[in-house]
Amino acid sequence: MIPLSWYLILSGLLFLIGLLAVLIRKNSIGILMGIELILNAANINLLAFWRYLYANSGDHRGQMFVIVVFVVAAAEAAVGLAMIISAYRRKNTIVANEINELKG
Amino acid sequence: MSPQQFFFIITAVVILVSALMTVITRKMMHSALWFVLALLGVAVIFALLEASFFAVVQVLVYVGAIAILIIFSVMLTRKAMEDTGSQVNKTWVISLLIVNLTAIGGFLAFRSWEVLGTFPTALMAEHYDIGELGMALIDPERFALPFEVTSILLLAALVGAIYIAFQRKEGKK
Amino acid sequence: MNTFNYPLIIWLLPVPPLLAFALIVLLINKSKKASHWTALGGAGLSFIGAMVVFIKAIGTSALAKNPIGSSLNWLPTGNTWLKIGTAVDPLSAITLFFVAWTILMIFIYSVGYHNYGQPKGDNDHPGLPPQGAVISEHGHSHRVPSIEPMYSRFFALISLFAFAMYMLVVSDNLLTLYIGWEVMGLCSYLLIGFWYAKDSVRKAAVKAFITTRIGDVFMLLGIAGLYSITGTLNFHEIFSNPLIMKGLTETISPVFGLSWAGLIGLLVFIGTVGKSAQFPLHVWLPDAMEGPTPVSAMIHAATMVSAGVYLSLRFFPLISAGWQPGEALTPTMTVVAVIGAFTALFAASIAIAQNDIKRVLAYSTISQLGYMVAAIGIGAYTAAAFHLFTHAFFKALLFLGSGSVIHGMEHGSLHIGEHIDAQDMRNMGGLGKKMPVTFWTFVVGGLALSGFPLITAGFWSKDEILSGAFNSAHMAIFVVLAISALLTAIYTARQLTMVFLSVPRTESASHASENKTVMTVPLAVLAFFAICAGWVGIPQEFPLLGKISSGWLQGFLDSMLPFKGEAAGHSLIPLMTSLGVSLGGLLIGWLIYRRYKEANQVDPLRLGLGPVYSLLQNKYWIDEFYSLAFIRPAYWFAEKVSYEFIDKKLIDGILHGIARIGLWLGKILRFGLDLPVVNGAGDGIATGTKKSGKLFSRLQNGKVQHYMGLAVLLLVITGMIVIYLAAAF
Repeated sequence: MIPLSWYLILSGLLFLIGLLAVLIRKNSIGILMGIELILNAANINLLAFWRYLYANSGDHRGQMFVIVVFVVAAAEAAVGLAMIISAYRRKNTIVANEINELKG
Repeated sequence: MSPQQFFFIITAVVILVSALMTVITRKMMHSALWFVLALLGVAVIFALLEASFFAVVQVLVYVGAIAILIIFSVMLTRKAMEDTGSQVNKTWVISLLIVNLTAIGGFLAFRSWEVLGTFPTALMAEHYDIGELGMALIDPERFALPFEVTSILLLAALVGAIYIAFQRKEGKK
Repeated sequence: MNTFNYPLIIWLLPVPPLLAFALIVLLINKSKKASHWTALGGAGLSFIGAMVVFIKAIGTSALAKNPIGSSLNWLPTGNTWLKIGTAVDPLSAITLFFVAWTILMIFIYSVGYHNYGQPKGDNDHPGLPPQGAVISEHGHSHRVPSIEPMYSRFFALISLFAFAMYMLVVSDNLLTLYIGWEVMGLCSYLLIGFWYAKDSVRKAAVKAFITTRIGDVFMLLGIAGLYSITGTLNFHEIFSNPLIMKGLTETISPVFGLSWAGLIGLLVFIGTVGKSAQFPLHVWLPDAMEGPTPVSAMIHAATMVSAGVYLSLRFFPLISAGWQPGEALTPTMTVVAVIGAFTALFAASIAIAQNDIKRVLAYSTISQLGYMVAAIGIGAYTAAAFHLFTHAFFKALLFLGSGSVIHGMEHGSLHIGEHIDAQDMRNMGGLGKKMPVTFWTFVVGGLALSGFPLITAGFWSKDEILSGAFNSAHMAIFVVLAISALLTAIYTARQLTMVFLSVPRTESASHASENKTVMTVPLAVLAFFAICAGWVGIPQEFPLLGKISSGWLQGFLDSMLPFKGEAAGHSLIPLMTSLGVSLGGLLIGWLIYRRYKEANQVDPLRLGLGPVYSLLQNKYWIDEFYSLAFIRPAYWFAEKVSYEFIDKKLIDGILHGIARIGLWLGKILRFGLDLPVVNGAGDGIATGTKKSGKLFSRLQNGKVQHYMGLAVLLLVITGMIVIYLAAAF
């Protein structure tokens, strides 16, 4: 049997790699991929907890949350890519660090 | 080690390696493909968790839609960035450090949590039904509201994405 | 008589002149007529009061034991009171008599002397003597004497003077006596310096004040000593108390081995030396002739110098403590007698070589005071008091007479426009015919001064002193006094001859004329007293006359003495001596000077004495010696030490130093504390905020990944804190 901790470690590591992608990648799309990895890690986490703790109690909250996360991830990917395209059209670059109009 | 554990480990390694490659790969296209592999791995994990519905949804939505979207964008913006040169920010050391810190922090915070050692109990038949989830989704006392709200969110995202990406042919470009 | 409240009258005696002074100074001084009437009123009231008191006093028996007077508690001093009050005993009674008469006569005389009724002068300036006015009468214009510009001021000041003298005479304690003494000193300064615009006048006034001050310092020491030993200043309490007197006489003071009585007596006598111009403090009196003549009469005849002798007479019990007639003199008495006798001879010798009419009289005063002081020194109390009494009259007469002469001379010189010194006797001559009243009264005064036998008062008092000296076997004193009497007669005759006899030596003298009645009447009154005053003191032992009228004065005054008056043997030698010297001196003087006819003629005495004459004329060069020995060092000290060193270097130096320290402190505070710390803190906050702002703004660089990294970091940190804090509780 697989202890819960394995799933949690997996999701944790995945989260960290996604975080690394967010912080390191120059390409904006790469950053977006990192965000998707993070969300996936969250999903694994949620489902693991649901399965191990709540699956037999008829409590579908974990699953619900996962559905919501799916939806949000999709929406956000769509909108984010749209924005990247739009910014690319404007500034002709997709390097995140070059889009610093909000510089203080 | 039981076969499940073995299987799990393989899948986990695949996921993590593909994720890492996503981060590191120089060429953007390769990075996207590695990303897809990672997502597929996650689907396998969902299956392992006996959340078969979600495994399917994962493949459909993530791999089928989001990853495709990403590949499309990569292809659209290929001219913007050369695939040579470093793909990584010059602040990668500090970021690595931060990530490490987070790891350590998380580890320290949760290592003595007693929940971590639990094993799954066998699923009972009535809860193995996907219909249950469907009923839960549209039950007003349970999850009908979040369901509706997420659909509105999707609608908003749809509209917004179209609006943002829309190119006006006349006037300004 | 019994209806008068005599003690009250005595208290009120000094008041009218004081009121007159106050009124004139504050209110009346614009009107000259009102001023002199106020002053005359004051003097007159006091005169009447004094006469009333005098009459009562001579009718009272045992006056010395129970003086008329009263006292009141004035100053609380611990358990006792310091009392002040008045007392009239025989000494004060006769002093009151002559003071009242002479003061009144001098006041009346001053009205005329200062040319009341004359027109105002053309160039007259307050502070200078009047120079005369041009008027035209009888068809031609000539100059006449003009009225004194500071007329009211004069009367105010002599009223103050009169107040001081009355206060001194009626006081029964040393405190009010000293107050009167000092006020007189002040008035003498103000009056000698009356014509203050002249430099010589100012110097003379200061000299008078300072010289008498020297004497006053010692006198104050004596008073302080007396008070600290006996605890009282009242004469009656000290002198009539046998215990106190015995104690004072027998306790030896630490100074020179004198008894306390002797020491205090000596100190107080030094006050007399100053005020009565004895050697060595005599230098102020001749210079004091710079003042107007009534002032000279008042100060130098009637009042101030008499006050000195009066004081010594008062203190006779202390001066003569431990002495009985017939014994050897105590050390104090020896000092007193020697000073007195020496001064008498010394001053008389200077007088015969002086040319200014007033200066002769000044030295004559010094000499006569020496007589009185010598008499006190040898214990002849009554003789000294008697001579004081008569001297006041004839000296006042002589001074007023000389003033009249000067006045006449000025009239003459103004009339013909000749500028000569109206006071120089060499310019006079033949005035006997021009100014008869002045002449005859002056003759009376001069004869009294020389001791002309029988008919003049001076004879009786001088004879008393000489016989006192002879009979108590003080031969040295007797001889010295006799020689001075001879010199006195010589210079008197010299003066009379040069001024009044022979022929006028200048035009001004030939145009001199007699003065108004207001000036000549006082002369006549004083001449009357100069003749009669001596007859109250004819000694019993005198051949013939003594049997007829016995010595009333001696009896009256004897009661003051602590011991029985001397009834020593009486010999005729002093009588013969005094006759001889007075008549002989007059003759010699007349003989020498009756040939003196020309103004520029050399003084016959100079021919006779040669270089000695020059010594006498220059007053033995004592003034020059004092200037060298005392005055110039004092000036040097004041200028160099006090002013330049102490004042400028030390005191100013300290002040400048303090100022510099203050400045330095200020500089330190400003540049060390204020600017760097306070300003620095303010500026520092501003710049610090700016810099930190710039620093923080670098966080916002618009790079999304940056923000993300920061967020994660902070999240982790916060999470750790929260978890560990939660775990801790």
